[in-house]
Amino acid sequence: MIERRSKETLNALLFFSLALLLVFQFALGPDRERLASVLPGLLWLGFILSGVLGLGRAFLVERENDCWEALLLAPGDKSAIYLGKLVSSLALMALVEALMLGLFVVFFNVELGPALPGLALVIGLGTVGIAAVGTLFAAMTAQVRARELLFPVLLLPVLVPVLLGTVKATEALLLQEPLAAVAHWLKLLVAADVVYLAVGLLTFDVILEG
Amino acid sequence: MTTVLGWLAGVGVVAGLVMGFGVAPREVTQGNVQRIMYVHVPAVWVAYLAFAVGLTASIAYLARRRPGTDRLAHAACEVGTVFLGINIATGAIWGKPTWGTWWTWDARLTSVAVVFVMFLAYLLLRGAIEDHERGARYAAVLGIVAALNIPLVHFSVYWWRTLHQPPSLLKPGASTMPPVILTALLVNFAALTLLGAYFVARRARVLAAEEEALA
Repeated sequence: MIERRSKETLNALLFFSLALLLVFQFALGPDRERLASVLPGLLWLGFILSGVLGLGRAFLVERENDCWEALLLAPGDKSAIYLGKLVSSLALMALVEALMLGLFVVFFNVELGPALPGLALVIGLGTVGIAAVGTLFAAMTAQVRARELLFPVLLLPVLVPVLLGTVKATEALLLQEPLAAVAHWLKLLVAADVVYLAVGLLTFDVILEG
Repeated sequence: MTTVLGWLAGVGVVAGLVMGFGVAPREVTQGNVQRIMYVHVPAVWVAYLAFAVGLTASIAYLARRRPGTDRLAHAACEVGTVFLGINIATGAIWGKPTWGTWWTWDARLTSVAVVFVMFLAYLLLRGAIEDHERGARYAAVLGIVAALNIPLVHFSVYWWRTLHQPPSLLKPGASTMPPVILTALLVNFAALTLLGAYFVARRARVLAAEEEALA
């Protein structure tokens, strides 16, 4: 809610994705063929990097305004706080990802066409996975020293299955393969989402104990 | 108890060395370098066993909050990381003469590397939190996430092509391994399991002493 007023994180993340796009372009040179083959990886790298930045700030408002104790004292089920933070992070990430996808279409000449519904499903599943475990770890590192460093160090290795699944599925879908061809990756993503969400819901009150 | 475990582990390691270097024959195609298998394969087994213990201890800690289970989780994950490191190092040494490369992004190498990094992050988190009780809670949560993530990592990475030889032990049908080599391998399995258990017990004691000294 505060984010909707200030748009602080959102604005910064939108410019971050634009800057990232330029960096990708310069790092890989103008060779279109080569660029096309690594495009799914670049896309998800962009999603994950912006996700890490956004999620790392998920509990910043509470910390800066000394509301952390209020979170700890909040009555009732702490998993409601988890779900709330998760939904707001998801909304933020979805906006940034939609913009980044648009930028990729324009600047790297990606043909989405009929792949778009399948791609939306993959992006949705992947984003839920990233946000589910990211929200949990963000709460964990919020009160730790060197948190900016520790958060990605904890998060990135855990996200390897999500990254692999989404990149491979995106690659196949961009080659206009049917959704059925990536069914095993979709199952893996669903499994990852279920595991991360379940652990997040069950352990979040442990993190908010003090 | 720990001392007995230590002596058993010592005897086991000696027996494992004797079996690996003395009794087991030289492999025909690979030569002596194949003997590294007697450490390489049991090490990964001990590592995953330790992570399983770490997962159980983490859940038990969150349920009951006994400091002992937290120390067990810490010790098990640490020992597991060390043994996984041994597995990766011996694998690289074995890979150079047989595959011609120290490292390749093959499925099983990659998945083990990811798990290794995951538990390094776990140890990093342990070190980063000053407040002991909070550190124990956070580490338990991370330990659960990391351990549950292991199968996901394995499946995702496995759907790449793999160049690693298929597992020779736990597969349907008769074992393709000659009985002598199999016996030597099993002795080393037992030896390294005992050694791992000893390390965990010892490390848990050191952690207890540390906590006492700081309290």
